[in-house]
Amino acid sequence: MAQTIAIVDYGMGNLRSVYQAFHHVAPDENVLIARKPEEIRNADRVVLPGQGAMPDCMKHLEESGLLEALLEASKSKPLLGVCVGEQMLFDRSAEVRPGERWTSCLGLISGEVRRFELAGKKQADGSAYKVPHMGWNQIRQDRQHPIWNGIPDLTSFYFVHSYYVVPQRAEDVVGSTEYGAWFTSAVARDNIFATQFHPEKSAEYGLKLYQNFVSWQP
Amino acid sequence: MLTKRIIPCLDVTAGRVVKGVNFVGLRDAGDPVEIAKRYNTQGADELTFLDITATSDGRDLILHIIEDVASQVFIPLTVGGGVRTVADVRRLLNAGADKVSMNSSAVANPDLVSDAAAYYGSQCIVVAIDAKQTEAGNWEVFTHGGRTPAGKDVVEWACEVAKRGAGEILLTSMNRDGSKDGFDLALTAAVSDAVSVPVIASGGVGNLQHLVDGITKGHADAVLAASIFHYGEYTVGQAKEYMAAQGIPVRI
Repeated sequence: MAQTIAIVDYGMGNLRSVYQAFHHVAPDENVLIARKPEEIRNADRVVLPGQGAMPDCMKHLEESGLLEALLEASKSKPLLGVCVGEQMLFDRSAEVRPGERWTSCLGLISGEVRRFELAGKKQADGSAYKVPHMGWNQIRQDRQHPIWNGIPDLTSFYFVHSYYVVPQRAEDVVGSTEYGAWFTSAVARDNIFATQFHPEKSAEYGLKLYQNFVSWQP
Repeated sequence: MLTKRIIPCLDVTAGRVVKGVNFVGLRDAGDPVEIAKRYNTQGADELTFLDITATSDGRDLILHIIEDVASQVFIPLTVGGGVRTVADVRRLLNAGADKVSMNSSAVANPDLVSDAAAYYGSQCIVVAIDAKQTEAGNWEVFTHGGRTPAGKDVVEWACEVAKRGAGEILLTSMNRDGSKDGFDLALTAAVSDAVSVPVIASGGVGNLQHLVDGITKGHADAVLAASIFHYGEYTVGQAKEYMAAQGIPVRI
């Protein structure tokens, strides 16, 4: 029987490319954009994408009525976070509304989200580091994981972000990337896997990662 | 290490890819979906579509084209041309664009940049700047496909849009566009060194060394080219091999 893969839509930005990529790698599965709690509750796998600013993402998720269903799913179902969807899994983020110090996040993975501080630093070729970190960069696979199956170590994926996660527990880190310094670009814990990069925009190996998520049995 | 990006640019009108010289004299270069697939196979890092259609009929065509491309090509897609409102940004993102580029409308209404970035995030807002040299070391912003002087200094305008939330700048030298004489390297370096966001160099690529120069001498984060790829002079793969041999980090 076909599985259901729910892409959580809490009204922030555009989920079409994530949907298209899953539809492409899993044409026989039921891929849906979930706007109701029961669509998450009835799903076999859940994908949490994200784009835009963290305070807006958290506010929209809370107001969407999907938060509780998502937290339930995070306890048992394979859950994939992408970009801001990865960052939301952490305890708190330094991306805030003016005057605030932290934005509270979902607390599913211990740690926090920080901004790149690269002002004044030069890249190897003498040019300045730019923020956002935008473009294709390599992932060092820090530990084995079924989601990495068939993806060579140091494969490049597409990034676009100004903030990055800092996990508290070293064992949660499954991928790292160098941009001014090494930062965590993929995390995993139990039934959760999450990436800072965009697999849906990372050509062949990005699609392979999504395919691996569809067959992952944590 | 972050790699430097190679971005083929597809000028689209009436459902076809075209290419002009100095913004005029258009030649047909083929079907957008087929061309997009070909560049993806060759290893393009992103694709940029510029809608150069003047009519609203033609405008809806690009939405269908982006939908078609986005369902078959899984790399970042930037779309620009005729973006006037936040609603236009939304329509393009919904059709499958990852980034939306604005040019004349940003000059006419700089709040459009701030509003679109605040709502959709800087990561998907690109400001395209068409620059014409007025004297050595000075460039003026032009709008409306290069026809109208905006009375703005290019470097100042680039800094302003970055501050307003643009996540990237697509910088085209009007003097060099279609010339095959190479990027305006002084222009590219002046802008890239002045802003904290990535800069895409555009306009004038005639050979593979021009791409290298755009990065090493122009300090660009990405290089955009059209005709050298459209007419099969070089593949994206050949461009990357050449750049890698010159010590530039590229995704092979």
